Amino acid sequence: MYRYIIRRLIAMPLLLLGIVSIAFLITHFTKGDPLISIIGERQMDNPVVIAAARARWGLDRSLPEQYLIYVGSLLTGDFGTSLRTKQGVGRDLAVRLPATLELVIAAMLLGSLVGITLGVVAARYRDRAADHLARLFALIGSSLPVFWSGLILLFIFSVQVHLLPGPGRLDARTTAPPIVTGFYTLDSLFVGDLSTFAEAITHLILPACVLGWTVMGLVSRQVRASMLEVLHQDYIVAARAKGASEPRVLVNHALRNALIPTLTVIGFSFAYLITGAVLSETIFSWPGVGSYAVDATRSLDYPAIMGVTIVGGTAFLLTNLATDIGYAFVDPRIRFR
Amino acid sequence: MPNTAAPESDAPLLDVRGLEATFAGARGRLEAIRGVDLTVQSGETLGLVGESGCGKSVTMLAVMGLLPPSVRITGSIRFRGQELAGRPQQELAKLRGARIGMIFQDPMTALNPVLTIGAQIAEAIRIHDAAVSARAAAARAVEMLTLVAIPFPERRALQYPHELSGGMRQRAMIAMAMANEPDLLIADEPTTALDVTVQAQIIELLRRLQATHRMGLVLISHDLGIVAGAADRVAIMYAGRIVEQGAVEDIFDRPRHPYTRGLLASLPKIDNQAARLTAIDGAPPSLAARPSGCAFHPRCRHAAEICVARDPELRDVGGVAVACHLAEAIDAAAAAPPDQLASQPTGMA
Amino acid sequence: MASAAPALAAAVRPRWLTTPVVLGGLIAVFWISVALTVGWWPIHDAFLATGGRLGPPDATHWLGTDKLARDVLSRTLHGAQYSLPIGLAVIASAVAIGATLGAIAGFVGGLIDAAIMRLVDVTLSFPAILLAMAVTASIGPGLRNATIAMIIVWWPNYARLMRAQVLAVREREHVEAAIAAGASAPRVLVRHILPLCWSPILVNATMDFGQVVLQAASLSFIGLGASPPTPEWGQMISEGARNFYQWWIAFGPGMAILSVALGFNFLGDGLRDILDPRTQ
Repeated sequence: MYRYIIRRLIAMPLLLLGIVSIAFLITHFTKGDPLISIIGERQMDNPVVIAAARARWGLDRSLPEQYLIYVGSLLTGDFGTSLRTKQGVGRDLAVRLPATLELVIAAMLLGSLVGITLGVVAARYRDRAADHLARLFALIGSSLPVFWSGLILLFIFSVQVHLLPGPGRLDARTTAPPIVTGFYTLDSLFVGDLSTFAEAITHLILPACVLGWTVMGLVSRQVRASMLEVLHQDYIVAARAKGASEPRVLVNHALRNALIPTLTVIGFSFAYLITGAVLSETIFSWPGVGSYAVDATRSLDYPAIMGVTIVGGTAFLLTNLATDIGYAFVDPRIRFR
Repeated sequence: MPNTAAPESDAPLLDVRGLEATFAGARGRLEAIRGVDLTVQSGETLGLVGESGCGKSVTMLAVMGLLPPSVRITGSIRFRGQELAGRPQQELAKLRGARIGMIFQDPMTALNPVLTIGAQIAEAIRIHDAAVSARAAAARAVEMLTLVAIPFPERRALQYPHELSGGMRQRAMIAMAMANEPDLLIADEPTTALDVTVQAQIIELLRRLQATHRMGLVLISHDLGIVAGAADRVAIMYAGRIVEQGAVEDIFDRPRHPYTRGLLASLPKIDNQAARLTAIDGAPPSLAARPSGCAFHPRCRHAAEICVARDPELRDVGGVAVACHLAEAIDAAAAAPPDQLASQPTGMA
Repeated sequence: MASAAPALAAAVRPRWLTTPVVLGGLIAVFWISVALTVGWWPIHDAFLATGGRLGPPDATHWLGTDKLARDVLSRTLHGAQYSLPIGLAVIASAVAIGATLGAIAGFVGGLIDAAIMRLVDVTLSFPAILLAMAVTASIGPGLRNATIAMIIVWWPNYARLMRAQVLAVREREHVEAAIAAGASAPRVLVRHILPLCWSPILVNATMDFGQVVLQAASLSFIGLGASPPTPEWGQMISEGARNFYQWWIAFGPGMAILSVALGFNFLGDGLRDILDPRTQ
C-alpha cells in the first residue's frame, strides 16, 4: 500500500507545478503587457505604481527569473494585490476560505448521505417506482443551475413561507463568534454560545442543501451501480444463510462493500462543489471564496482571478490525493498487501 | 415412498416431499426441480449427487428459503416436524444460521471481503442472540476457529479473508456455520474449490463435527468419490428429480438406475484393465428442453416405450428407492459387475 | 419503464423506447425548433419595452416583464438562439479536438501518448469553472471567448474516451488482418479502428450537451459570457437575482436550462440503449 501512496505523492508536485505554470503563462503572456494583469488597465498611466510592480515582480529581468520570482511569491502566499479590494489577494482568500469550507463540507455531508440513501433505495427496488423516483430526483439536482435553484428555494422558504432565514451566514445584527476555525458553527460551540450556533446552522441549511443537491446525482448513481453488483455476490447469499435480516444484509454487507468505490466519487465531487460554491455564494450572500471569485470576474480583477484559480486548483488536487489515499486505507484488500 | 412414517423419536430431521421450484424463463415457466423427495436423519450424512444443473443446489437453497422471490416453490419441507414451506422470511431467518447452517462452494466469494473472519463469525452469533456482548461473541469466534483446527485462531480472527489460504477460508466458513450449533448442516460442494490434499481434511473435519454434535449433514457434490467416503445415504439427482436414493453401500455395490450405473462406470478404477474410460453418451437436458417421460431416456441404453411415455415414480427396489420403470429387469440381468454392463447393449423391452 | 400496453404492442415496441427517451426527444425537438424559428413567432419583441416594468405574469405577458419592461417569455425563447448554438459549437469542437488527440494517443502510444495524457491530466486538474475563469482572465469576457474557454474544459474527456476505445479496438483481429495485408497506419486507424469507436462518444456528447448549456449559463451568470441586453439564460437569471422579489424574471430561463439539461440527458440514455453492443 505504501508504494501506492508514494506514487501518488510524487505526482502531486508535478501537477502543482503544472497549475502554477499555466497561471504564470496566463498572467505574463496573454494580455500583451504582463503589467495589465498585475496592476489593471486603469493604473497603466501611473508611473509610481508601474515602477513598484516592475520591481516587485522582476519584470525587467529574464523570463526564467520572472518565473522563479512568481513561484517564490506563491510559496510565501503572495498572490499579488487585488485591484478591487486593494489588499493582498492571499490575505483576502485566507479570510474568506473558512466560510467556503464550512459550506462545502456541509454540502458534501448532506449530498453524500442523501445520495447514498437514494442509491441504496434505487438498487433495492430496482426498476420499480422508488428506483425511478430516486434517480429522477438525483438527476434533477445535476441538471439544475445551482444559482437558480438557490434563488427559487430562497424565495420560497425565506420570503413566502418564512421557514428558513434569509441570505448571509448569520442574521444581520448578530456578531460572529471569536474566530478559532472560522466555522461559525464550531466556533460558537467552543464558547458555548448556543443561540449563535442555532442561527449559524439555520443559515447553513439551505445553501448546503442546494449545493449538496448538485452532487447527489453523482453519488447515488455510483452507489446504485455498486450495490447492484455487490448484491449478486455469494457473500450476500451467505449472509442471509446466517440468518441476517434484510436491512442488515443491505447495510452491513452490501453497502459496506459498495461504499468503497463510492468514497472516491465523493472525493471527486469536490470539484462540483467548488463550482457550486462559486455560483451560489453570491445568491446566499455567503462571504466566501466563491463570491470573491465572482466579484473578481465581474470587475476583471486579474490578480484575484488568478489567485482563486490557483488556490482552487490546488485544493482540488489535494482532495483528489486525499481521496486516493483514503481509498487505499478503506479497502482491506489494498491495505494489507 | 421409501421412507415410511416412523415413530416420533425417529422422525427425520429434514423431510422434503414433492418439492418443486419454477421460475419465469424467456418463454414460459421453467422447472428447476420437480417433485423432489428426500430425508435426512439426525446424525446421518446424506450425499446429494448429480451433474451441474441437475438442481441439487436449488433444492437445498429452497429448503433454506434463499431462492429469489420470483421463484415459486411448492411442496412440503418439514424440519424437526415443522413445516417451512410458505413461511415468511423473518421466521426462516431465525432458523438460518441457528438451527440450519449452510456452507458454500467458494469460500473466497462467500466470505465478505471487507470484514474480518472473527467479525463474520461473531455476527452469526449476535444475530441470533442479541444479548451476547461484542467481546463474548469475539471470544466465541476464536473458540469456533479452534474447533475447526485453525492454528493461531486469535490472530486469524483479526485477519481478512484474502489473507487466508483456501483451506483455511473453508474452515472459517464452517466455523461460521457451526457457531450456533445447528441441527442440520448443508455443505454445497465444500471441496470443489480446494486442492485435493485439502479436500480430504475438510471432509474429515465435517465428519468429526457431525459426530460430536450429532448433526444431520447434507453433502452436495458432483464428485462420487467424496460422497462414497463420507455419506451414510446417497440421493442421485438428474434433471431436477431424485432418481435413486438409498444407503451408500447399497447404491455403490449395486446401482439400479441406469444413470447411477453410468456415473459409477465412468469412474476410473485402479483394477480396471480397460483402455478407455466409459462415459455416458449425450448431455443433461437444459431446463427448457426436458424430454417427455423419463428425462434420462434419450441417453439410456435400456429405454423402452414406457420410458418415453411416463415419468417414473420413486419406488422401492430391494431396499433402495429408484425412479426407473425397468429397474428390476435391469437389476436381474446384472449378474455381471456394473462396469461391464454399461458397455454392453441389452435387448430388454 | 414498461407501460400497461397489450402484449402485442410490447412485442413490437423496441426496448429503448421508454417514456424518458420520448420526453427527451420532444424537449430536444422543441428547443431546436425554437432556436431555428423563434424569430418568426408572433410574440413580443425580446429587446424592446412592451409593457409595464417588473410586471408579474398576466394574460398578455405570460411570464411577466423585467426591469426594462421586456417580455420575459419572449426573451426566454430567444435565449435558445444563443445557448443551443454555443452548446453545439462547444461539443462539436471538443469532440473534434479531443477525439483526434485521443485517437492519436491511443494508436501511436509512446511519448506522444504520454504527452497528450499529461496535458489531459493537467487540464482536468482544474474544476471547470476555475479554468474558464482563468482563460477569460487572459482573453477577456464575452460569449465567443466563453465558448473557447468551454472547449478547453471539455476536450480532455473526449480525448480519454477515444483513447480508451482505440486501445480496445486496436487489439481486435480485423485490425491485425488489415496490418498484415499491408495497410498503412493512417488507413488502419481511419478505416478500421475509428468506425467502431463512435458509439460512446456520441452518447456522451448528447448527454454532455445539456451540461454545456448549463455551464454557458453559469459563465454568463458570473459575468464571463453574455452581457446585457443579450437575452441569454444565465444573464437573465443574473438580472433575476438583482430583482429578487420579482421571481418570474429568473423563472423562465431557469426552467429552460433545466428542461434542456434533463431532455438531452434522457436522450443520451436512450441513445446508449439503442447503440448497446448487446443488440448489435
